[in-house]
Amino acid sequence: MALNAKTLSDEEYFYGHKACAGCGGSLAVRMALKVLGENSVAVLPAGCMSAVGFNFPQLCFSNNAIISTFAGTASMLTGIEAGLRAQGITDFHAVGFAGDGGTADIGIQALSGAIDRNDNIIYICYDNEAYMNTGIQKSSLTPFGARTTTTPAGENIRGNLRPKKNMFEIVAAHDIPYAATASIGYIDDFINKVEKASKINGTKYIHVIAPCPTGWGVATDETVDIAKEVVDCGLWYLAEYEDGGYKLNYRPKKFTDAADYLKRQGRFKHLTDDDIDIIKASRDKKWAYIDKNFK
Amino acid sequence: MARKFLSGNEAFAEGIRLARPQVISAYPITPQTIVVERLSEMVEDNSLKAEFIHVESEHSALSCAMGASAVGARAFTATSSQGLLYMAECLTYASGGRFPIVMMNANRSTALPWNIYGDQRDSISLLDSGWIQAYAENAQESLDLALMSYYIAEHPTVLTPFMVNLDGFVLTHTYEVADVPTALQADEFLPPFKTENKLDLKNPKNLGFSAGPETNTAFKYKEHLGLLNSKPIIKEAEEKFEKIFGRKYTGLTENYKTEDAEYIIITLGSISGLVKETVDWLRENGRKVGMLRLRYLRPFPSEEIASAAGKAKAIAVLEKDISFGNEGTVYTNVNSALYKHGLTIPSSNYIGGLGGRNISEEKIERIFDELEDRETKVTFLEIGGDR
Repeated sequence: MALNAKTLSDEEYFYGHKACAGCGGSLAVRMALKVLGENSVAVLPAGCMSAVGFNFPQLCFSNNAIISTFAGTASMLTGIEAGLRAQGITDFHAVGFAGDGGTADIGIQALSGAIDRNDNIIYICYDNEAYMNTGIQKSSLTPFGARTTTTPAGENIRGNLRPKKNMFEIVAAHDIPYAATASIGYIDDFINKVEKASKINGTKYIHVIAPCPTGWGVATDETVDIAKEVVDCGLWYLAEYEDGGYKLNYRPKKFTDAADYLKRQGRFKHLTDDDIDIIKASRDKKWAYIDKNFK
Repeated sequence: MARKFLSGNEAFAEGIRLARPQVISAYPITPQTIVVERLSEMVEDNSLKAEFIHVESEHSALSCAMGASAVGARAFTATSSQGLLYMAECLTYASGGRFPIVMMNANRSTALPWNIYGDQRDSISLLDSGWIQAYAENAQESLDLALMSYYIAEHPTVLTPFMVNLDGFVLTHTYEVADVPTALQADEFLPPFKTENKLDLKNPKNLGFSAGPETNTAFKYKEHLGLLNSKPIIKEAEEKFEKIFGRKYTGLTENYKTEDAEYIIITLGSISGLVKETVDWLRENGRKVGMLRLRYLRPFPSEEIASAAGKAKAIAVLEKDISFGNEGTVYTNVNSALYKHGLTIPSSNYIGGLGGRNISEEKIERIFDELEDRETKVTFLEIGGDR
């Protein structure tokens, strides 16, 4: 039976933390741990979730959890998995929760190494599209046009000039046993992917969009809604990579207007119609690729 | 026990095999490579049961070892030079996390200019990272330190990672005869790793947390105590070691004919062998000279230095290191120890062996000659003073 709000565990593994109101990342961590259960050994690098969850003596994980170095999420997961296995312990999930910077920038080398070794770990990237913990600086997963504190939108530079790095397909290109994209706006899809990953041997990667109201410039009660809208307007997609092939999980019949999605966020307020046309064209190009190559 | 003809790297690998690490993470760098090659062969032929992890960098090597140690597994890694610097972030992380990992470092020069040969600037630049640092003189001591390091690091009053330093090439690649103990003897010496400081499925914990201004100093103080606590445990380990293996070690330092010595060279690592020979030859000629070898730089042997050098007329620190803009770091540390003990002996600093440059017996003899001038100066061997 598929997991849903009714069948999901009532146990809480991540609570009492001091994440901002409306934090998408904390929702992703909380939900994933409900799926993976008490034998999860969680690794979180420097970043929002470690900053809000591990302030001695206020420690917020009821399962085993540890902060890794910023670059070392995957390599510490490797050591944990190997160390437990070497002691004859097999009933556990070594799971990492790293942000977009911790995954696509500083942590990509260690992640690539772990996938290359096919270590039996689950790596979840909660993507809030910038270095939110340090105060909203651009990462390589910040989308085109977004204003951050290091990509200011002014007369000369109009926010971030580069598109989002394609982590999903970079990871898939390692021929990883399982990779998926998700959004906390489609929580059933996310938790079922976590459950699926928990049953697959080898390295698993889930890339979940997790909006940050503080950094995105939306109200704190809009997190889930906007995480849904990014999928509905086609700027994000729900897909899987398995057995060497891509699979699309959800194809909106008609995209909602991307301009609405962008204009409701403070980080995109400065975009002109021309900027939005560039974003829509890039979306359509991506979907042409998806429709051609994803099952 | 078997007598084998081994390089320093190979001897160390034999010691690690006997220590039974459960996880080995390895990334190759000259001149460390042979130790991890031998270990991979031991895993292949089942003489060592360990998870051998081919990491993609030194940073990951130590990060992986920390993960293993954090779940209570005995972990080993090895590195050198640029690799040690590349993983530097993980060094303070491992010591702060109280993960008793053992790492072999093949002492090698640091770039720029590139140079693969031995000096000790790599490890000495990381003296403050919270690791125990030992420096081996020969292949036998390398093997023995591999075994003893786990005993000391994992002791519940210590819980501090342990770096064993072998001089690149001069020790890592030089073949000597060494006694290789039996597995039975090694098991008698070294119990399995047990710790409360771990992620435990039966008793979940949060580790590697943040500690703010109110609690941070207390954690750092405890870390400092861990290193200080290693002093009696080093003694305890050596006594047990001697009982089982019949080889005696002398704690943080080794005194060589220092008792009545007027002039003493304080040094560390593989050059000590040549200094001993020079001492012997000079003593044959009636000179009252001696050598003090620092087996450990952390914890630092302050008392031992004061006690051994206290009656000397002058001392020299011979080291393969320079803290640019100041002097050799070992020299700074030695002078601090002397001052703390109220000793005002003329002390000089000789910086040599950088990038693998040979230090000859003649040079060592010259140091003893110059000591009779009782100056206090910093000299680069074969180059000159610091002005």
